[in-house]
Amino acid sequence: MIGLYHPADSPLHRAPVGLKLAVLLGAMVVLFGVGGPVVVTVALVVTVVAYAVAKIPWRLGLAQLRPVLWVIGVAAGFHLFTSGPQHAAVVAGQLLVAVALAALLTLTTRVSAMLRVFETAARPFRPLGVDPARVALLLALTIRCVPLLINILGTVREARQARGVGRNPLALVTPAVVRALRTADELGEALAARGVDD
Amino acid sequence: MADTRRWRLARLDARDLAQIAVFAALIAALGVPGTLHLFGNSVPITAQTLGVMLAGSILGARRGFLACVVVILLVAAGLPLLAGGRGGLGVFAGPTVGYLLGWPLGALVIGWITERALPRYPLVLGFAANVVGGIAVVYAVGIPVQAWVSDVDSFVAAATASLTFLPGDLIKAAIATAVASQVHRAYPALAARRAQKAEAGDRS
Repeated sequence: MIGLYHPADSPLHRAPVGLKLAVLLGAMVVLFGVGGPVVVTVALVVTVVAYAVAKIPWRLGLAQLRPVLWVIGVAAGFHLFTSGPQHAAVVAGQLLVAVALAALLTLTTRVSAMLRVFETAARPFRPLGVDPARVALLLALTIRCVPLLINILGTVREARQARGVGRNPLALVTPAVVRALRTADELGEALAARGVDD
Repeated sequence: MADTRRWRLARLDARDLAQIAVFAALIAALGVPGTLHLFGNSVPITAQTLGVMLAGSILGARRGFLACVVVILLVAAGLPLLAGGRGGLGVFAGPTVGYLLGWPLGALVIGWITERALPRYPLVLGFAANVVGGIAVVYAVGIPVQAWVSDVDSFVAAATASLTFLPGDLIKAAIATAVASQVHRAYPALAARRAQKAEAGDRS
């Protein structure tokens, strides 16, 4: 499984995840809590500088915004007609900066470091019966299962084509789900054999 | 002492963990373009909400809920598990994050309704569960979040925009129901599991 992490040598890459998360949260509070044209303009400049410091290629930076562009466009268009161009620009700017800053954290942080954050975050819930080690195991197990499931869907699709069962989606999904459940049984037995239930 | 005991969550055993991981991976795999084409190749849809409906319908409330939570955590960790290879924290700052956050609740509701009828799986009830949990609950979280993030006034705009996804979601609910019905017959994972747990409960 290849993450979205972009390896580079920068202060942002070296900064501890906890600090980055705290700064991101603070930025969001200011961005949406205070708002206004001045805050949004400053935030926009800070974001561009942060991307430069993190040595993110500009193409990759812009690619982070592509999935949200149409939603932001719709929102900006709506505000353009209801409350004027300045408000539309502020709303669009807020959304763009928020997405760009959050994406920057992902680009500069390894998946393994984030997984350790989740493991740590699970600790206070131990009295409720949450086991941080099992949380970590479950997440790692799922990462391993993704290529497995992509493979299962591919195999079943090929089999379906070979049998000429063309158009019925049930002929793909049902066998795939049954295979997935069988895989889960085997995995469960393997985990139990390694003492997960002891 | 008895009070704190009651609030402890029952431990997930190895098979629970494996089923949660496999269904979380199924939801991710359904987001890979080309994994599922409906009606020949004329309507290419990425079917991740189909995976959410299947998780609730087949694994039940608890494990279905957790499978969706695992997907969300891995997306937050920076893996591109959402349709079109999207992922990372940027997703959580975007206006459509509510639909993603609605998944666990949706699976929970689907599973809760479905579990009322098992080991039987009446198609009408199954379909109703998938529509209520997989569509109504997911929209009920997604639309207000979208409206709030892009400013409160556009609530109507957000609601209208999401209507374009309704026909596809209804088709997915129908498919999930039919698949769940076949799977519960061919592989009574959830029903057998409940019976086994009940039996274990009787013994202790």
